[in-house]
Amino acid sequence: MNAVTAPADIEIPFDHRQSAHCESGAIASLLRHAQLPISEPMAFGIAAGLTYAYLPFLKFGGLPLFAYRMPPGHVIRGLAKRLGIRMHFERFTQPEAGMAALDGYLAAGRVVGIQTSAYWLTYFPPDMRFHFNAHNLVVYGKRGDQYLISDPVIDIRVQCAAQALKKARFTRGVLAPKGLLYYPQSVPAQVDFTGAIRKAIRFTTGMMLYTPAPILGVRGIRTVARKIRRLDPRAAHHNKLLLGHIVRMQEEIGTGGAGFRFLYASFLQEAAVVLGKPALTQIADELTAVGDEWRRFALHAAKMCKDRMPMDYALLSGQLLDCASREEKIYRWLRAEVK
Amino acid sequence: MKTNEVPQQNAKAFMGHSKLLYAQDQTGRYVGAPSSGWEAEEIVLDQAIGEYVQLAADAWRRAKAGAASTLEYHMYRERMDVVLLAQSTGFPKWRVRRHLKSGVFQKLPLRHRQRYAEALGKTPEQLERLPEQP
Repeated sequence: MNAVTAPADIEIPFDHRQSAHCESGAIASLLRHAQLPISEPMAFGIAAGLTYAYLPFLKFGGLPLFAYRMPPGHVIRGLAKRLGIRMHFERFTQPEAGMAALDGYLAAGRVVGIQTSAYWLTYFPPDMRFHFNAHNLVVYGKRGDQYLISDPVIDIRVQCAAQALKKARFTRGVLAPKGLLYYPQSVPAQVDFTGAIRKAIRFTTGMMLYTPAPILGVRGIRTVARKIRRLDPRAAHHNKLLLGHIVRMQEEIGTGGAGFRFLYASFLQEAAVVLGKPALTQIADELTAVGDEWRRFALHAAKMCKDRMPMDYALLSGQLLDCASREEKIYRWLRAEVK
Repeated sequence: MKTNEVPQQNAKAFMGHSKLLYAQDQTGRYVGAPSSGWEAEEIVLDQAIGEYVQLAADAWRRAKAGAASTLEYHMYRERMDVVLLAQSTGFPKWRVRRHLKSGVFQKLPLRHRQRYAEALGKTPEQLERLPEQP
């Protein structure tokens, strides 16, 4: 007779460290778990995660997409490519198969990263739950029906019931996770940080300065500044929704502040040491000052949305133009330093 | 931003959690710095949630009056719109719009209502009911 026994509880020792951003946080902690010490800013910088993109043809809730970082998946793939890490990725058509595979890895003592929707994760505070399908988290165990989770953006370790996690992993729609599960398969013994950092900085500065489309990089910031100045004052409700949406993309969606500018400045400080280039520390300070301007822009825009400040499109537009020209100088200087 | 400038305004939405920002300490070195909330973020979050609450309340009144299906209310209640609901069910937008009309949704075959139920995390029976209050 085969008695049906509940599988034993599993808890793989894992160091939970809170991050600003889910993807860079998840991959950095998975790599640290695989004995490659790397900080979140370093992971984000080497992956060339920073950007600015205004994508009017992608609508969310009727509003265009404003992105301050590269599309989902770019951080993990970019980092793996530049550091020579082999990643294992797995997607599933059947939710049951996806959950069974997750259980299998946990039983084998492997910690894995997964992609989920943020909306169905029950441990998120209700007001923070939105339909965003490219959230990333790390699963390090299972106790009874509860998965033990290190969610990079949450300050503490959390748990999620199997049913809810299954729903979060298999939502449909744009960026559908399809149960994506990943872990570093092999990490090289010798990692060339110097070369990786140089390449990554060249990629980011090139994109910010030289993309031909006026919706990306520094030109993208200028386009949005112009767009804000030209908003029709009669459409006040819509304009407020748009500005609120911009501020949310910049500040609320795990950016570490100022739309990833502070995170990138932190990376530049670390890079200054690795490359032995003190100039990068100065550039980090400059970028921090621009980040502060982005934050002032966000505060003004938010207050105008709430009528705590008179609506002033020209003021907001001017702040963005200021950010654009200062960032342009920064990227040129940075590019010259890593030539 | 310096670590002592990191906003600590205890946002309701965080429910006692904090989020991580990056800021410079006294010596100018970057460190991770937890924030318990910021006025600017709170305003825009309230705005985004308030918009769905308003849409759900309007849909609730329409459904009560028989001018729209209960599906419309549940869609906004779960912070979705027609585009998102179409993407998460696989129905084209025009069909979703049709299904939002009064009378159409109830007459759908169960397997179609099941798809909506799945996308909205509810049972098909729940989707046909309205709560007492929006």
